[in-house]
Amino acid sequence: MEIAVQAVSHQYGGHHALDNIDLCLKPGLTMLLGPNGAGKSTLFALITGLQKLTQGNITFDGATLSQSRTSIMAKMGVVFQQSTLDIDLSVKQNLSYFASLHGISTASALSHIQGLLDELDLTSKLNTKIRNLNGGHRRRVELARCLIHKPSLLLLDEPTVGLDIESRHLILRVVQALAHSQNVSVLWATHLFEEVKHNNNLIVLSKGRVLAHDQCEALLAKYHQQDIEHLWQHLMQEGS
Amino acid sequence: MYWRCFVGVLTREMLKFWQQRTRLLSALVRPLLWLFVFAAGFRSALGLSMTEPYESYILYEEYIVPGLAAMIVLFNSMQSSLSMVYDREMGSMKVLLLSPVPRPFLLGSKLIANTLVSAIQVYIFFAFALLLDVRLSALGYVYALPVIALLSLFLGSLGLLLANYIKQLENFAGVMNFVIFPLFFLSSALYPLWKMREASEWLYQICAFNPFSSGVELLRFALYEKLEHNALAVVLCLTAITFIFAVRSFRPKASKGRFS
Repeated sequence: MEIAVQAVSHQYGGHHALDNIDLCLKPGLTMLLGPNGAGKSTLFALITGLQKLTQGNITFDGATLSQSRTSIMAKMGVVFQQSTLDIDLSVKQNLSYFASLHGISTASALSHIQGLLDELDLTSKLNTKIRNLNGGHRRRVELARCLIHKPSLLLLDEPTVGLDIESRHLILRVVQALAHSQNVSVLWATHLFEEVKHNNNLIVLSKGRVLAHDQCEALLAKYHQQDIEHLWQHLMQEGS
Repeated sequence: MYWRCFVGVLTREMLKFWQQRTRLLSALVRPLLWLFVFAAGFRSALGLSMTEPYESYILYEEYIVPGLAAMIVLFNSMQSSLSMVYDREMGSMKVLLLSPVPRPFLLGSKLIANTLVSAIQVYIFFAFALLLDVRLSALGYVYALPVIALLSLFLGSLGLLLANYIKQLENFAGVMNFVIFPLFFLSSALYPLWKMREASEWLYQICAFNPFSSGVELLRFALYEKLEHNALAVVLCLTAITFIFAVRSFRPKASKGRFS
């Protein structure tokens, strides 16, 4: 799925959360790098339609949410920064509930993500209540859940925040494989430099503005920087 | 797709209801206390003359059974709105709102699930009322079901609407004080309106205007195999209005902090 964000601005009171944003997301992994308060979560809320778009336009393969919400939402998978699991239900019940909201039976949902459940070490925890899982496994459940309906667009808002290294690497590896092998458009918001690989697409967002948007290697070459952290510092200085 | 979605929402609500068995207990203890304790004390104080739908003089216990059944629906509906606020705070509301199924259908499914939970509680309460020999006709119990459903849809929609304006879980106490108690006590649930009129004309007017009174009377008449047309019209209209406003209130807003 191709997403075009055109001239999108958003304000809370007098505060500009997003300021005239233009983006184009294509299949593959795009990292959205920005500090806290850069506007990443606002961008997610606007793309998912949880917040009303007041300025600009967002299209999904040429269609807006108001034009074809059902078909767009059927192709969209989201992991939010804050957990959205029902902690009183088991892993299986959470997956089953999500599947039903997308019109999928529990059996076909589980069979579709069986391999992923194994890889994420969740198969043995299907009957465990979410409240009894650690943060890393909760995140894994969220990732597995958002793939139940085979989305072609995946929005991940800081999915590895607060996780141990093992869980972080596992989630990153799974998502990278997904983006490359299944032609899924992935937007991964992060503020961690080490999560950005040189072959990723990179969007640098700060104070609601896009400072850079290109292939990571191309940006490093363009700004004569050796790594992401230096590129980041350079862009921040340039931006201010 | 819609059927599976409906079943999913229903299953989740029933699972949560089953997990919160204390909720069932507290939902029953409240009306049973009224029925077994309050009614016993007030039986001698309140003489009830014959008014529609009753065809003879009745005991106070019999009078308050429909009101207490409506109270169960009221409390359960508000409890449901509380769970919406909880879902919003815990983030699980987003999962519902990001479903490809239209929001009116999702909210309607939640209301129907709430109706089912209410109906289960009410019929358990009716079973306990038999212990006090408050025995209604079998047909009365059957006629009560659509009324319970309608009342539950109305109060559930009201709860959904309120859930949008409750910023935090802690503010739910305000709903108790400013919505549930006035709706319940300023109605015909515990005392007939003519009795209220003897005490105060303006209180009577408020009670008569209270839509919950219409719900109570509709249920009371249904339990005696009768139909109160005015009450039906009021509850039907208010159900439609509150549902429309509840659905509208779940539309995305530009402001932060509700669902995003």
